[in-house]
Amino acid sequence: MHLHKFEKIWLIFGIAMLAVFLGIVGVQAFTQGQTPAGGLKKIDPEKVDVTAPFDNPGVHQLNDDTYEVVIKAMAYGYEPSEIEVPAGKEIIFKVTSKDVIHSFTIPNTKVNMMIVPGQINEKSYTFKEPGTYLILCNEYCGTGHHFMHTEIEVVEE
Amino acid sequence: MILHSERGPLAGRRTSSAVAGTVASSERKLALWNIGFAYTAFLIGTFCGLIQVFMRNEMIQLPAWLDYYQVLTVHGVTLALVYTTFFIYAFLITGMSKALGSFGPKVARWSWIGFFVAAAGTVWATIEILSGRASVLYTFYAPLKASGWFYVSLALLIIGTWIISFALIAHYVKWRKANPGVMSPLFAFMTISTLAMWIIACLGVVAAVVFMFIPWAFGWVDTINVELSRTLFWFFGHPLVYFWLLPAYMAWYLVVPKLLGTKVFSDSLARLSFLLFILFSIPVGLHHQLTEPGVADFWKFLQVTLTFMVVIPTLMTAFSLFATFEISGRQKGAKGWFGWVGKLPWNDIRFTSLFIAMVFFIPGGAGGIINTSFQLNELVHNTLWVVGHFHITVGTPVAMTFMGISFWLIPYLTGRTLTKTTKKLAFIQIISWSVGMLLMSTAQHVLGLLGAPRRTQHSNYSDHPTVLGWFDGFFSNTATLAIGGIILFFSAMLLIVIVFRLWLIEPRSEEGDLYAEFPIAESDASATPRWLENWWIWLGIAVALILLAYTFPITHMIQDAPPGSKGFINW
Repeated sequence: MHLHKFEKIWLIFGIAMLAVFLGIVGVQAFTQGQTPAGGLKKIDPEKVDVTAPFDNPGVHQLNDDTYEVVIKAMAYGYEPSEIEVPAGKEIIFKVTSKDVIHSFTIPNTKVNMMIVPGQINEKSYTFKEPGTYLILCNEYCGTGHHFMHTEIEVVEE
Repeated sequence: MILHSERGPLAGRRTSSAVAGTVASSERKLALWNIGFAYTAFLIGTFCGLIQVFMRNEMIQLPAWLDYYQVLTVHGVTLALVYTTFFIYAFLITGMSKALGSFGPKVARWSWIGFFVAAAGTVWATIEILSGRASVLYTFYAPLKASGWFYVSLALLIIGTWIISFALIAHYVKWRKANPGVMSPLFAFMTISTLAMWIIACLGVVAAVVFMFIPWAFGWVDTINVELSRTLFWFFGHPLVYFWLLPAYMAWYLVVPKLLGTKVFSDSLARLSFLLFILFSIPVGLHHQLTEPGVADFWKFLQVTLTFMVVIPTLMTAFSLFATFEISGRQKGAKGWFGWVGKLPWNDIRFTSLFIAMVFFIPGGAGGIINTSFQLNELVHNTLWVVGHFHITVGTPVAMTFMGISFWLIPYLTGRTLTKTTKKLAFIQIISWSVGMLLMSTAQHVLGLLGAPRRTQHSNYSDHPTVLGWFDGFFSNTATLAIGGIILFFSAMLLIVIVFRLWLIEPRSEEGDLYAEFPIAESDASATPRWLENWWIWLGIAVALILLAYTFPITHMIQDAPPGSKGFINW
């Protein structure tokens, strides 16, 4: 099969770029822990209210620098509805759904998690700036989908 | 020894592919029915798009019996599924008849049956959606539960496309048997590649619909495995976009060089790139599920890597196209590095429409690389950015290529011509679509980066300051999105007028009329290696890659499944 000289150069350049791209993405993911939201923990979607940690939703301090935020999603809201966390500390969000698929999304941050019934999704994030952040659902969940939102209060330490 | 297909025993029947001559009347009729169905869907779908941009700006209110999400579902289904699919079959049916000779009675009969099954499924699904029994959007994610008949109608649509696909494959197999040892014409080869990919891809969604959704929706089983159903959907959902794209690529590879008066740049590279699209379009669906639980990071990343491989055939295609442009320009006496640009036939609407379509695919493809970049996906997942992305992939490169094809395919099938007036209208249509799409998709991309969600009715989210940022800039403004949408709707209606004129009003074409031809460039297959048309090799590799990418994640989802979900009707 004949390849034009310029095409060889073009393809070698393209494939090299591909290797560089994937290398950067992969190194960041697997050596620096920069993976998208996920997790392999599961839960009975009918028994969310009585299963730990979702029997006690809200903000829990795990140690000096780490907090856990446990949230249940349902059409069309989140429980608890009031969340307050400190800036500059690692926040681990744990979310699941009591009904259909939702999302837990904080615009202008890396927190953008799908919430799948039967599964627990986890994401670690550290807020740099204090403020009131919007949380919204960006996966269609029914006629009230666009009303599904809440806020998270990030306060100075 | 490899012979060019033109030397096959059937060659005499169809003269040269470069010479005008229409296809048999049964294929003409079938293709026109498909086109008519496609443009009916286009009319409904673009009207729904207009309603959506008005609603995003609170400019209109819907009657009580209809809501935003029904309109959104109809918009997605009619344009992304129906317009594309039926138009694609019209193009493939006509091209296969032209490239391989007229259909036999069996192929013709099954093509018609397939068309009617797919059409019945579509009409039925639309009725289910509009009557409020299936407000589940066109991705129908469980555990939102539509009526069981909605899933049955979807199955019919897919089965219909399979019937037509197998009829076209049978036509090809017959030709191969009659022409042993001969490479098939490039159009036929590309058609078979596209159909093979489509049939494999549909296995995922068919498995989900038949074995999971239908028993659950009719109440034969109580619960559904949500994560598995999503994964099977996306097994289908990503190659679906290549099913739209590959016929557009066929036009770029085969029609464009003909319009430029030259040949296909390289027959073997064109074939190889289509084979690579089969390999790298299917084992990649998890890149639509990067931000969800239930799949280990390793498998997500493996599929990200496989997704990126599609860059290789894309770069090959880009090279071939620009090489074709430059070669034709130089043949016409172009000098210097970029002199060939001026020699391109800009006043030929058949070319200019396809060229603009290709230009839109450059930012479209770049955006796709961002979307699939693993952790970067978190910034854009399910935001308006994604909506912007597919409006400059399927919404323009694919759709505008189909518009460009319509300008000659409809006259070719109806025996009419494209008059100067219609040509002017066509230029206005293409340019207004480009301008409208530029405004709308740029606004969508920017708003998405600012966090605005996709598939969401207008909401001010309790007047949170983040939301104010969606209304205050030029591009960061839902009003810009709406202006783009209104221009697009104008363009869509103009296209309907053009289709109507080409179908019924324009004068009959005369001998040698350019617009009444099916332009397929010659492709020299004399140096093309035989193994490029050995389907067992390529389908074998495709299956191996699919098994590699999916065996473990799917086994995990089944064996280690959480208790299933019952259905919810949240509308």
